[in-house]
Amino acid sequence: MKFIKHEIPQKLITEDGLRTDGRRFHELRPIKLEVGILKRADGSAYIEQGRNKIMVAVYGPRELHPRHLALPDKALLRCFYRMASFSVEDRKSPAPSRREIELSKVIREALEPAIFLERFPKTAIDVFIEVLQADGGTRCASITSAALALADAGIPMRDLVSAVAVGKVDGHIVLDINDLEDKYGEGDMPTAMMPRKKEVTLIQLDGQWSIEEFKQGFELALKGCEQIYQLQREALKKRYIEIREQAAKEMGENAENT
Amino acid sequence: MKSLKVLVGDKMPIYFQSKDIVLPGDLLAEGDYKAGTGTFKEDSKIYSAVIGLFEIRGKILRVISLEGTYIPRPNDVVIGKIVDVSATNWKVEIRAPYLANLPAANYFDKPIDPLKSDIRRYLNVGDIIVAKVVSFNRAQDPLLTTKERGLGKLRGGRIIEMSPTKIPRLIGRKGSMVNMIKEETGCRITVGQNGRVWVSCKTPEYEELIEKVIRKIELEAHTSGLTDRVRELIRKEKERLKK
Repeated sequence: MKFIKHEIPQKLITEDGLRTDGRRFHELRPIKLEVGILKRADGSAYIEQGRNKIMVAVYGPRELHPRHLALPDKALLRCFYRMASFSVEDRKSPAPSRREIELSKVIREALEPAIFLERFPKTAIDVFIEVLQADGGTRCASITSAALALADAGIPMRDLVSAVAVGKVDGHIVLDINDLEDKYGEGDMPTAMMPRKKEVTLIQLDGQWSIEEFKQGFELALKGCEQIYQLQREALKKRYIEIREQAAKEMGENAENT
Repeated sequence: MKSLKVLVGDKMPIYFQSKDIVLPGDLLAEGDYKAGTGTFKEDSKIYSAVIGLFEIRGKILRVISLEGTYIPRPNDVVIGKIVDVSATNWKVEIRAPYLANLPAANYFDKPIDPLKSDIRRYLNVGDIIVAKVVSFNRAQDPLLTTKERGLGKLRGGRIIEMSPTKIPRLIGRKGSMVNMIKEETGCRITVGQNGRVWVSCKTPEYEELIEKVIRKIELEAHTSGLTDRVRELIRKEKERLKK
């Protein structure tokens, strides 16, 4: 793995149009997705997006404690976004920060519309997100892998949720910003959506963007989510298809023996 | 996997074949179909809600989920654990998000007087029972009964837990899989729809064998020809045990 030095670069974009990690403007970071990594959770997923490493565990629908939080008509979705103290350069205090609590809320609201919560009244669905290593765009990577973990838990959903952050860096609109671009760029716009009907479930924006830039950024986010959606689908199916192939092989061997 | 477009009539296309693996949000079909379990309908289009195997039953389209917790349905036979006793009622844990009730009236043939007899003498906390779900809806916790043949307290043997969504595969078509396992091993097996299996064999080795078999069925639930492969596994294991 290439190690990027911790100095603030003079330029976030080189003269030949490359970004700090060598990407083009409209290029995603390499993404690795895995499903079903935790045996004891009802559903789980792991994502590596650039140098982000995030693990998600889903439990439920299960009995809700404390009971008085239960909703009579639907399940309660609870999200816990947490950064490991070793996930960032300067040790992060393990106590929940303002930022973590807020991200837990926006992630919950980004996932909620996708889930058929009304099918499980009075219960709880818990989503635990552990950021092991952070490299910008963690809320989006968290949403992407939380959607997979929910599907892996067999929780009925209208669609998966895919998310990506676009940013404004040295005046250019770029896809999937990394930590440096996030910190020293001019703005970022995390976007999450249900790709089937292009329904946006999260959109945040900071920095100063013209309307034209916003439109351009939004279009880019749509395209990015679509690409991530395809990766999510592959990751979900992969495990089952592999087992099928293995079973077919075993059948062949058994037939030979008899 | 390529999605196949099968045209039924002019305006009722089905986009997958039976036993295809589908994902949440996949468009399954359009037109006058009924949305069965694991699916949902949005303006005459049927989508999958879960990851699972697609199934066409006439006009009803279903997706058999590959994952998920147990949600009680009336007439399910479940294996539960008593967790609480009151004067006329037992609370039973059945691996669902809801605790089930077994009223004394649904356990005894004759009515009993709670003032004179303590129902703990019959079933106490920690006891394992086989019961049938009488009713369950969003207003009321699941209600159980043991007043049928084969239901009641379990003694001896051991409980093996597995994914509840894969229980139909363990049972097989008209019980073909579980009957085959019983014949091959000579064990007594009771399957609960909630993903608990009670087994009682002559030796503990055989009970471990069944656990192995269950793990295989769980892993390969979505493959075809599973019964034959399981039979093969049991025979191999039996050979090994004889040595």
